[in-house]
Amino acid sequence: MPAHSSSMTTEPLLDLQPETGLGHLRNAARDIVEGLGLLRLALTLGWLDIRLRYRGSLLGPFWLTISTAVMVGSMGVLYATLFHINVRTYLPFLSFSLVLWGWLNMVITDGCEAFSGVAGMIHAVRMPYMVHALRLAIRSFLIFLHSVPVIIAVFLLLDVMPHFTWGACFGWLLLLTDTVAFSLLFGVLGARIRDMAPIAASIMQILFFVTPIIWRPELIYLGRQYMLLDPFYPLIEIVRAPLMGDVVRDTVWLMAVFYSGLLWIISFLLFARMRSRLAYWV
Amino acid sequence: MVGVEISDLSISFPLYHGDARTFRKGAGKGVSGRFGRDGRRRVVVEALKDINFSLKPGDRLGLIGHNGAGKTTLLRAMAGIYEPVKGRVRVHGRIGTLLDTSLGMNPELSGRENIRIRCQLYGLSKQETSDVEEDVEEFADLGPFMDLPMKSFSSGMSMRIAFGLATAIMPQVLLMDEWIMTGDAWFLGRAKKRLAGLVEQSDILVLSSHNEVILSEWCTRLIWMDQGQVIMDGSTDEVLTAYQQRSASKETPSEN
Repeated sequence: MPAHSSSMTTEPLLDLQPETGLGHLRNAARDIVEGLGLLRLALTLGWLDIRLRYRGSLLGPFWLTISTAVMVGSMGVLYATLFHINVRTYLPFLSFSLVLWGWLNMVITDGCEAFSGVAGMIHAVRMPYMVHALRLAIRSFLIFLHSVPVIIAVFLLLDVMPHFTWGACFGWLLLLTDTVAFSLLFGVLGARIRDMAPIAASIMQILFFVTPIIWRPELIYLGRQYMLLDPFYPLIEIVRAPLMGDVVRDTVWLMAVFYSGLLWIISFLLFARMRSRLAYWV
Repeated sequence: MVGVEISDLSISFPLYHGDARTFRKGAGKGVSGRFGRDGRRRVVVEALKDINFSLKPGDRLGLIGHNGAGKTTLLRAMAGIYEPVKGRVRVHGRIGTLLDTSLGMNPELSGRENIRIRCQLYGLSKQETSDVEEDVEEFADLGPFMDLPMKSFSSGMSMRIAFGLATAIMPQVLLMDEWIMTGDAWFLGRAKKRLAGLVEQSDILVLSSHNEVILSEWCTRLIWMDQGQVIMDGSTDEVLTAYQQRSASKETPSEN
């Protein structure tokens, strides 16, 4: 016989009408709250995504670790030689920057499919859209963790001590919530605009060179305030500088918080406006 | 109290891609019946138009109509997947959906993993999840296949899991699309027995199909849909007779 339980005897009410004005915001907020309540589901889905991607593969997720290691090793030695930089200071910087950028890049390019990639699920059962955004953010973070051993190895091999500050913890927290906002934002855009994924990929390609990732931000001093126009610079700097033992300037912190707030506001408003249409698009 | 209330429900799909411009001309002249324009003058396909009905506990509603009549869209709207463009959908009670053939299940995952995911969605505890798992396992009767990726299943096997799962989590309003009725006699017999238990607890069943035998056997009330509108709403026999007459008359050459 079907299972009974007390939690199932309540009768949930589904009441849907076209949204107007504040209704958009209210329903979007409810979606997000309910989605957060299903964090365990999002964790399972994100984890299974990774397990599936590597099912039947010999090294599985560690292919990623290896390719990161190869890239960091070759780029690090090459650029250190080309630009006459000390490997001991450059390589830790580069390894961390590359891995972190890989994570943010993945959140955004994969984010375009946060909803359109799970059309089957969306069309099969009603569930908060936030679950799909969380799933993507979680999956990206887990993949990012696979590359972290490379950073650790670089620090160990070069005998460099990483630094720790409480500010960095706040930075990580900010960055993590930002990845959720990014997946919501690009999930909506990607569901409506089919060309969003290639557009996002090429913009990220440009930002990769413009943002101080393979070059140190100290290289620019005159006009360094213009670097803050690139939202990724402060977002990366607030976790990178503390680890390298550098001081984060107040303006950098300010801009990081400002960009995060702006990102959440834009993501939320767009999501609120488009949430009820997502099922029609995917 | 468990119940369904659909009032003035309209659903339309905007045409964004591909041939939207070709349709725009026709829609402007009002030639093609199901194309229209929305408030922002976009060309839309009107999938459902001004649907009204309500269901009370114990109702077993059948949706009948040709392909593209709007049956699946109506089921999805009742499940809260497509939110209304106009009108209102109110569903009291826990909704169970059997809409897509894939049911939103991941074919790469095993039957058991898919069951666990669905249980997490409904917020079931560990104990409840293992109860559901056991229940589905018994109903689907797949033996060791439960732990294999679902892509290795025959369509009948995934159907058994899907049906078992949708009914195990005790829906009060069960929405089923016609594909589920393509099972063999053995499956249909078992499915019917299982559903009988659900309906006895004064729950609601909505089933779409063009199989007249199944509809007359399973349903107490029929809604006949065509072109996104309700043509007729009444008892099973009444509607089926009218539907058969129309189908028969359409086949005569004079109608063409």
